Amino acid sequence: MEHAETHGHIIPYQTFAFVWLILVALTAILVFTARVYHEALSVYAMLVITPLKAGLVFYYFMHLKYEKPFLKFLVLITLALLILFIGFIFLDLSYR
Amino acid sequence: MSTVAPAAPHAVHKDYEGAKLGMWLFLFTEILLFGGLFILYSAYWAKYTIDFHNSGKMLNVFIGVMNTFILLTSSMTVAISISAMQKGNRKLTMMCLAITILFGLAFLVNKYIEWSGEIGEGRYPNSAHLLKRPYGEQLFFGLYYSMTGLHGLHVIVGITVLSFMLYFVARNKITSAEYTKLENAGLYWHLVDVIWIFLLPLFYLSA
Repeated sequence: MEHAETHGHIIPYQTFAFVWLILVALTAILVFTARVYHEALSVYAMLVITPLKAGLVFYYFMHLKYEKPFLKFLVLITLALLILFIGFIFLDLSYR
Repeated sequence: MSTVAPAAPHAVHKDYEGAKLGMWLFLFTEILLFGGLFILYSAYWAKYTIDFHNSGKMLNVFIGVMNTFILLTSSMTVAISISAMQKGNRKLTMMCLAITILFGLAFLVNKYIEWSGEIGEGRYPNSAHLLKRPYGEQLFFGLYYSMTGLHGLHVIVGITVLSFMLYFVARNKITSAEYTKLENAGLYWHLVDVIWIFLLPLFYLSA
């Protein structure tokens, strides 16, 4: 009834288990590249894998995939703002 | 049931969307709180890259990775507890919440072992040993204690909130028709997990 409409979608247990497996695998890759190859590769692995892991948690564990576009938009704005700040910091540092 | 008007005066108005939006707005403030610290870390990392690299080598990578595994798994169990509640499976909900709380406690035990080790080696803010080291290393350990410490406080708060949720489920205050509290507690725990996802490469893998 009312609840079914306002309280969205039930995510199957298997989906969570699958996302968890991917998260653990990504962590393993991250640690492996950081420990084995020291240079550029590990930095790129970090910059790609870490936001990817956070994205998976947001999207599936935190149900963001099934939320209304408005909430997705708010999350996007917040993260974009933070990335912009970090970008400005590096811009400032590189022209000192 | 048959003759009730759509908006019966006794009906309690529940705004699920509003409750969830409120929780997300709070999470945004948390993201920006840690975000400020991430910016501070980035700025000092750029200035003292070599010192940060050397300091990262001193940390216990094994405990850092184990705690990542613990938090990722606990994030899954809390997510499952919500799906189980939606399906009306109280027993599984309570079991998953209990497992999540135990994982949270295990995280804190690891943190205790890790910090004791660091302090035992003389690496803590303002220690005689650390004051003799390069300035970048002092900054690294200052950031290490404040960021993982603030995160640890969040883990303690998360464990407390989830313990209340376990009690509410046991007392039938959270049911398959009314579980917004559980959802919002879950969101908080996931954010604690996300913050750790970023702390792992910044500190433990920066070597």
